[in-house]
Amino acid sequence: MDFTYDDEQIALRDAVRGLLARKYSDFEQRRRQVAEDPGFDESLWGELAEMGVLGLPFSEDDGGMGAGPVEVAIVATELGRVIAPEPFLSSVVLAGGLVALAGTPEQRTEVLGSLASGERVLALAHLEPGDPVTATPSGDSWTLSGVKEPVVHGARADQVVVSATRPDGSLGLFLVEGDAATRAGYSSYDGGRAARISFEDTTAVALGDPETDGAPLLEQALAGARIAACHEMLGGMEVALSATTDYLKSRKQFGVTLNTFQALNFRAADMYVSLELARSTALWASMVHATGDAAATREAAARAGLHVGKAARHIGQDAIQLHGGIAMTAEYLVGNITARLTVLERFLGDGDHLSVLAAGIDDHAALDPIPEPTA
Amino acid sequence: MRLELSAEDQAFRKEMREFFTTQVPEEIRTAVLDGRELSKEQVVESQRALNAGGLAVPGWPVEWGGRDWSQLQRHLWHEEMQAAGVPLPLPFNTSMIGPVIAHFGSQEVKERFLPPTANLDIWWSQGFSEPDAGSDLAGLRTTAVRDGDDWVVNGQKTWTTLGQHGDWIFTLVRTDPEAKKQLGISMLLIDMTSPGVEVRPIQLIDGGHEVNEVWFTDVRVPGENLVGEVNQGWTMAKFLLGNERVGVAPVGSVKRMLVRAKQVGGDRLADPLLRARIADLENELLALELTTLRVVAHSAGGAPHPASSVLKLRGTELQQAASELLLDLAGPQSLASGADPDAGGTDAPGWARRAAPTYLNLRKASIYGGSNEIQRQIIARTILGL
Repeated sequence: MDFTYDDEQIALRDAVRGLLARKYSDFEQRRRQVAEDPGFDESLWGELAEMGVLGLPFSEDDGGMGAGPVEVAIVATELGRVIAPEPFLSSVVLAGGLVALAGTPEQRTEVLGSLASGERVLALAHLEPGDPVTATPSGDSWTLSGVKEPVVHGARADQVVVSATRPDGSLGLFLVEGDAATRAGYSSYDGGRAARISFEDTTAVALGDPETDGAPLLEQALAGARIAACHEMLGGMEVALSATTDYLKSRKQFGVTLNTFQALNFRAADMYVSLELARSTALWASMVHATGDAAATREAAARAGLHVGKAARHIGQDAIQLHGGIAMTAEYLVGNITARLTVLERFLGDGDHLSVLAAGIDDHAALDPIPEPTA
Repeated sequence: MRLELSAEDQAFRKEMREFFTTQVPEEIRTAVLDGRELSKEQVVESQRALNAGGLAVPGWPVEWGGRDWSQLQRHLWHEEMQAAGVPLPLPFNTSMIGPVIAHFGSQEVKERFLPPTANLDIWWSQGFSEPDAGSDLAGLRTTAVRDGDDWVVNGQKTWTTLGQHGDWIFTLVRTDPEAKKQLGISMLLIDMTSPGVEVRPIQLIDGGHEVNEVWFTDVRVPGENLVGEVNQGWTMAKFLLGNERVGVAPVGSVKRMLVRAKQVGGDRLADPLLRARIADLENELLALELTTLRVVAHSAGGAPHPASSVLKLRGTELQQAASELLLDLAGPQSLASGADPDAGGTDAPGWARRAAPTYLNLRKASIYGGSNEIQRQIIARTILGL
């Protein structure tokens, strides 16, 4: 049992932190970046590719770096600290993660290789505002019909991974070229981008074996992304708390700094408690994910999702309250972190973690986070 | 980062589980698991079984019975003990005065007191708090005045937990009334059978007798019962209270309470609101347990991790919340707290009769050991720099 990063992991963290600091150490740069489409910096995306970050979780055979969920978590935390708008979570972890799970060897090499090199941005279209998207076989390929929304970074994506219902009612996974569908992109309240994507007999290719049930694979990819999102939230919460304590020490009211008032210090102390408990849970979830046990990972994702989500609401809300009105303004970092935390808790869908856990309370007498030896 | 225990730690955990479930009388462990109170004799019997196996005082120096374990192994020892229903070794002896004597006592004091302290031949009481010295411990007023070779002690201690069982009491006394308040304090060991020592029970809201006042009237204490140097008491008190904060998160006992809630919930577990409440508490407890594991993994050289205040704060909140859950499940049956089931006096099950006294008793958890407000102050000052 060990919660510390090794030297290589610390080197990865420092490299990513250094690269992001060049771009986003001044929050004003992030504001300018999200003001214009595609909402992130394509050249920074290329630099992340050169550093190997975009291929981090994929096997070397697929053109990746062969790293694991812990390394993904390290990158996600750094992105979260500066609320970088680059689509690492949606494109690499989620859409790329699903391709890695479901794709044929040829698809993995082609799609993940170009994702890792920065040539191709992916998006996952799985949420549906209305009727399910349907998939119909058509010779060697398929056609899709229906609407997906919101698809994060859906308008910019070169290729979209789509979940759709096959004629037998089962869930299939498909690849669609981005410009083959009708896309309406828009900004979301965190400065990010999402889209409504309409398919009208749109040509699609089955991702992996067309007979395979895609539902568990989709759920597994979502679980991995939820855990990574928890780390991105952790990065945001760390900065929200440190910005708040700095503010309490410097801002004067009634002729004295705010940290003169115990009521405010106690609220900051409670934010620290929430942060450290959330950190423990998120780190544990990454370690569970790294074991490769799909069922355990889904449960860990629900547990971390519930706990980190609560912490994010607490820390985000109190960071704004303790700053006062300044945190409500668009040019100040803290309120924007809270907006981003709010998105991260939601965009992966199926976020009702407490219901999932409540349904399963009979499955165990008492929780034990340390796995029993398998031998 | 690694999720699994090392092979060595896995073997250690197994060894602990084996010992606790076979070497401590089952009757005692069942009583603990059922949430019943133990007699003094049962607590003593259990600790002697642990001591015989070398497991009562692992945190002490090796020459006095300690084990040179890692912090993680100490944690596993602590958790497996709770999971098996073994009463924790009496904290006054094993985690409070024992380490202080081992660290600050003279060779003579060590030889005289450490073996009987480990074996619970002496039941220690803690004499720190006074009516005007709670969280502000340095406000204590009990005096010790030198008279020949002896000290003469006068004053009053309060909140002396289980003082009715105490053979000896370790006290903080004021030995220099002129000095700045933290600097004039010493630590004295006092035989509670000495003339002038009087223990008076304090009745609590849970109906039980757990704490006492201890009065000292011209009590003569031999000079050699001083621990360390004169006026060094504050240093020893900080050492002791620092130890107290380690292992303070009652993860094992809250786990037991949640398991009990599931067992006794019966048909009511069909209620999604109840299920959600249990699931939420379980998940909060998971975060606490994982944080405990993070803290023990990082506690180098025995110094408490700064985040150990988180464990005290959150641990007691969860303990209180779990007791509230059990009380809600007991409902009106909890009123039978004073009934005698052996005499046919009630149909209410034992857990339901214990629910309200436990709920009321546990209100103390956020007060003792440095109140939760003190913990928030520690976090704000020492961690956040506020």
